[in-house]
Amino acid sequence: MATLELGIEGDVVGSPVRRTRRLGPLFWAAIVWMVAVVAAAAFADLLPLPSPTDMDMLERRAPASALHWLGTDGLGRDELARLIHGARVSLIVGVCAPVIGITIGGALGILAGYFRGRFETLVVGSMDVLLAFPPLVFALAVTAYLGQSILNLTCVLGVLGIPAFMRVARAATLSLARREFVIAAQALGATHARILLRELLPNVILPLFAFFLLGVAVTIVVEGALSFLGLGVPPPTASWGGMIGEGRESLEIAPRLAFLPAFAMFLTVLSFNLVGDTLRALTDPRQGAL
Amino acid sequence: MTGPALLSVEDVSVNLPTPRGNLRAVDRVDLNVGAGRTLGIVGESGCGKTMLSRAILQLLPKKAMLSGRVMFDGQDLARLAPERLRKLRGRSLAVVFQDPMTSLNPVLTIGTQLIETLQEHLELDGQAAKIRSVELLAAVGIPAPEQRLKQYPHQLSGGMRQRVAIAIALSCEPKLLIADEPTTALDVTIQAQILDLLAREQRRRHMAMIIITHDLGVVAGRTDEVAVMYAGRVVERAPTPELFKNMHMPYTEALLAAIPKIDAKPHTPLPAISGRPPDPTRPLRGCSFMPRCRYAWAQCHIEKPRLEPAESPDHQYACFRPINTAAGVPA
Repeated sequence: MATLELGIEGDVVGSPVRRTRRLGPLFWAAIVWMVAVVAAAAFADLLPLPSPTDMDMLERRAPASALHWLGTDGLGRDELARLIHGARVSLIVGVCAPVIGITIGGALGILAGYFRGRFETLVVGSMDVLLAFPPLVFALAVTAYLGQSILNLTCVLGVLGIPAFMRVARAATLSLARREFVIAAQALGATHARILLRELLPNVILPLFAFFLLGVAVTIVVEGALSFLGLGVPPPTASWGGMIGEGRESLEIAPRLAFLPAFAMFLTVLSFNLVGDTLRALTDPRQGAL
Repeated sequence: MTGPALLSVEDVSVNLPTPRGNLRAVDRVDLNVGAGRTLGIVGESGCGKTMLSRAILQLLPKKAMLSGRVMFDGQDLARLAPERLRKLRGRSLAVVFQDPMTSLNPVLTIGTQLIETLQEHLELDGQAAKIRSVELLAAVGIPAPEQRLKQYPHQLSGGMRQRVAIAIALSCEPKLLIADEPTTALDVTIQAQILDLLAREQRRRHMAMIIITHDLGVVAGRTDEVAVMYAGRVVERAPTPELFKNMHMPYTEALLAAIPKIDAKPHTPLPAISGRPPDPTRPLRGCSFMPRCRYAWAQCHIEKPRLEPAESPDHQYACFRPINTAAGVPA
């Protein structure tokens, strides 16, 4: 058969070009808020703030003043100090719990999706059991037996997040594991560990990370809900959910006591979602492929 | 065939259990490839050529059952311990896949993929591996190789990606390269370049090569021997010039007729092979090509033709009604 012979020079395309991407003002606003919240939470002890637990019964629900910038709550505690210390709890729980989920769930999901067989059946089955278990009852049981603490709360929320991370990781792995680049790696004599860590993990980590930021947002809200129900961190430690719960009692007299922490939570969750979405779009090298 | 075969596939069958019954993907195939030689495996989709290549590489799906022997360099790959097989792959055996879109990891740069393969197999340090990668990319005809190392697969064109895949396959100086439809996903002008590149690198490295394709035009002039596969069986096998000069199997003829002719009048309908290959889960009693064969007669219905030598022992075919057609193609 006659074929057209072409020189290799035929497809010289010149040197590759780097593209620069622009980020919207919304993204930067979200970053600024996140940095502010994280910094405030991290350096809460160094800031010139009144103690978040010192009560002043003469100044209950006091309006904003030079001493109390955002006023005081129902027990005369400084609202701003409580907001900032509450951010600490929300962030620690909100970040640590999904870290537990992404580590255990992600590892299980990748292994299950790659090795399949009995291991996968076992993992998926036990995750289904975990999913079927009512989360509120689980949280109640743990706090009842082990007591209320930030550590227990984090563990409960972390364990509850495992099935979701496992499913995301397994679904991504399943679609990748039979792709040719994995077979090509096997054909090149790669070990299972190498394929899992170098071929699959970098691919699976992208959807997993996007899900992680979503998980942070969801966990902050759930922690708030649990604290609101009195299942979260024990009082008098400040947490946003607990503050909303306490503020509910004086909703008619001083609505700001419930709305301020609610608004802080709303902004933080929104920022995490915005940043997560943008980062995923930015770091995913597959986005450029048409 | 000169000298002892580097790879010899002896009586290899691959069975896949499916919900609809046992699927015999490869049916008692015997093949030989000598060092430095090129074998073309030709056949239409689903005839078992990819399964055969996976059987050689021992990369079959877990459920598949392999019987027979795959002798490579004096060892039976099918019975090799996993660790030794792993060492052998990459170092001695390499593969290039059909679709360079999916055979490269989309989230790692070209450089990472090449350098890691080199470090893994040749135990080079980072700097040496990088220099070697640049050489390899240059050898497969990629301009500005240093910059390319930092790029992701999606930033390259299809032809470029296939060149990178070839560079990775060649990186460890394999003795046998299996190219599974290496040009099917590429357009025609790039096809010729890639095939020439493979041929050039093969000569230079004196490696054996198996080209798997559905296009007889690809194997013509680029292979030493051709095996035509149909429904999991090798139906005709001959040195390439011999096959094009004097083909015996009606299926080979039909495959050749299905190549569009450059001098055909516009709007000439393509001479397709009518019908479809038989359902591999329900093997026919007679010749599997019988329902589509225009020469079929009574015997073809009852008995499966065996692969028998023709004029020369190198040329074998499996047919009761052999034809004697010469292709009008320079081989």
